[in-house]
Amino acid sequence: MTRFPGGRALGFLLVAGLLLIWEAASLARLLNPFYFPPVHQVARSLVGSVLDGSLGMALFTSLGRGFAGYGFAAILGVGLGAVAGQHLFVRQLIDPVVEFLRPLPSPAIIPLAILLLGIGSSMKVFIIAWACFFPILLNTIDGVRGVPPALIETARNFGLRYAASSLTVVLPAAMPAIFTGLRIALAVMLILTVVTEMIAGNNGIGFLLLEAERTFRIADMYGFIIALGLVGYVLNRLFQMVDRRVLAWHYAMHQVPAP
Amino acid sequence: MTATGGPILAVHGVSMVFEGSGGRHAALDDVSLEVGARDLVAIVGESGCGKTTLLRIMAGLQRPTTGEVRLAGVPIVGPEPQVCLVFQHYASTLLPWKRALDNVLFGLRASGVEGRQLRDTARALLDRMGLSGAEQRFPWELSGGMQQRVVLARALIRRPRVLLLDEPFSAVDEKTRVSLQEALLALHAEETCSIVLVTHNLDEVLHLSRRIIVLAGRPARVEKVIEPQGELLTRETLRSQLTVVRGRP
Repeated sequence: MTRFPGGRALGFLLVAGLLLIWEAASLARLLNPFYFPPVHQVARSLVGSVLDGSLGMALFTSLGRGFAGYGFAAILGVGLGAVAGQHLFVRQLIDPVVEFLRPLPSPAIIPLAILLLGIGSSMKVFIIAWACFFPILLNTIDGVRGVPPALIETARNFGLRYAASSLTVVLPAAMPAIFTGLRIALAVMLILTVVTEMIAGNNGIGFLLLEAERTFRIADMYGFIIALGLVGYVLNRLFQMVDRRVLAWHYAMHQVPAP
Repeated sequence: MTATGGPILAVHGVSMVFEGSGGRHAALDDVSLEVGARDLVAIVGESGCGKTTLLRIMAGLQRPTTGEVRLAGVPIVGPEPQVCLVFQHYASTLLPWKRALDNVLFGLRASGVEGRQLRDTARALLDRMGLSGAEQRFPWELSGGMQQRVVLARALIRRPRVLLLDEPFSAVDEKTRVSLQEALLALHAEETCSIVLVTHNLDEVLHLSRRIIVLAGRPARVEKVIEPQGELLTRETLRSQLTVVRGRP
């Protein structure tokens, strides 16, 4: 696949063009300015919330919860996936439970989580970890199952015990699939962070966004939506940087471009 | 034979029965053989007759249903690092995220030793295998023959007492095969390890081995042991001897 040298710059220009159309349409009242305030008002609102620290504090709180849940999910998902991927018995053991729980929409268990954990951060972290856990687990199992048996047997032949072989051979070999799970879970993390804060929150970016809408601060609401979009964009770019570094061998070996 | 006169690796009455959803499948039946110190033994037999299973049992990667394998008189009860098995699909045993030099050093990962001296040893081994200049290349940047040389270097850095090779040159072209065979003979002359080789190639058997163990039957048994020394064994006479045993080598 050929990369166009100016492709990304053109993409940014497209965004700028859309914002200009929005600004012009709102000022000319082609769009209702109450629902679609001009972009300069949204920008002013966004800059204001950056300068007064409210946005930074909200994002700090939200991402703290998000990454706590994501971290728990990654440790549990990769750990259990590494074991289940290597042992049919463990896969058979967890399969009915996983296949029953996995299709449940995560927001559906929020009432139960509130009942058991209250409306504080622990509930939100639990819900985020819950939602992120399944894509990481399933991709890890798939990745581990795809590791050539001869590779694992060679490690055993060299005297590596189970834990050492899992850490130095099995998990690195399964890393491309594990990263697919982690990438999916990263998007899920951001969604569930906002959703849990909207349903049961008194701080965080999700709470601020909903509060702005409820108090008719529509420019603020758009500002928070744009901030969330930027956070998602930056997180994805950071993930891609790590991905390109960790899986450089994989992309080169299969002659596929890194994301 | 060892300093005490016994074999370095001895297989005693090994039988292997696999139990699966398709029922019982007997792969090996009362197989016994001995490998002496610095021996070079070829195991031949029909495809699927249990040669690879026998090698896995000899390396301690599989427990036999009955019988035992002893290394210098000590029973092997689990993966035995002093008996190094090189798999038929050798390319898939190289770590694709590590460069050739680090793949060789991976042979010593379990021993926990590391250091500059070992890197020099690994580099020297790669040089000996004709891979000087390829130390920093990834396995997927190497040809099949070069990958096989890295696998051999990785096995040798462990200084194993027995090297088990499962159809080591089956996936390379004729020219590479010949050069790898010469490399193996040179290694055998320089190293102290015994080599057990599974192969279908009669020329390879004649060229490389001092003793030929013929497995035949389902389940497989040791049908015959041929010792070419002292008699002029040609490809045709070997083929006829094998044909007497199995109909087709």
